[in-house]
Amino acid sequence: MLIARVVGTVVSTQKHRAFEGGKLLLVQPVTLDDQPRGATLLAVDSVGAGVHEKVLIVLEGRAAGEALGRKGAPVDAAVIGIIDRVDAEPSS
Amino acid sequence: MQLAKVVGDVVTTRKDENLASVTLLVLQPIGADGTPVGRTLVAVDAVGAGVGETVFFVRGKEASYPFHPVEVPADAGIVGIVDHWSTD
Repeated sequence: MLIARVVGTVVSTQKHRAFEGGKLLLVQPVTLDDQPRGATLLAVDSVGAGVHEKVLIVLEGRAAGEALGRKGAPVDAAVIGIIDRVDAEPSS
Repeated sequence: MQLAKVVGDVVTTRKDENLASVTLLVLQPIGADGTPVGRTLVAVDAVGAGVGETVFFVRGKEASYPFHPVEVPADAGIVGIVDHWSTD
């Protein structure tokens, strides 16, 4: 799992049926000291996260499908938690 | 998933039989600001996307799920066409 910041939302009409009724968020993975790390990703939201919030994302198909509550969904990323606080020492 | 621009298509005559009825498109992943990020790749299309459109795609074996029960040998697949997106 990764720590990420929600940076936007995506609207799509023509999409696979597994995404119907779901919310798509643009998330930017971040380091422990809150610097952007890697590419911006799209994740399905299973916890009601909003823009600017720091969240926990899972980057694996099976887990993301379970978070969405739909087996066999063609997804590879999901927001599975809203982070209140991280207690750790940033190293690099 | 990731945002991408469809920049081309791929035509193959001789291929895995489970790819027979599948459209292959060339994608350029893009960032939240719309600029290209990383290398282009080929993806199977599950939503009827075309060249010039902005889409989102899934990586991994989940790319083949929309074609179930056909086991399409794919590691990337387009699963939605983007109407618009917004960032803060």
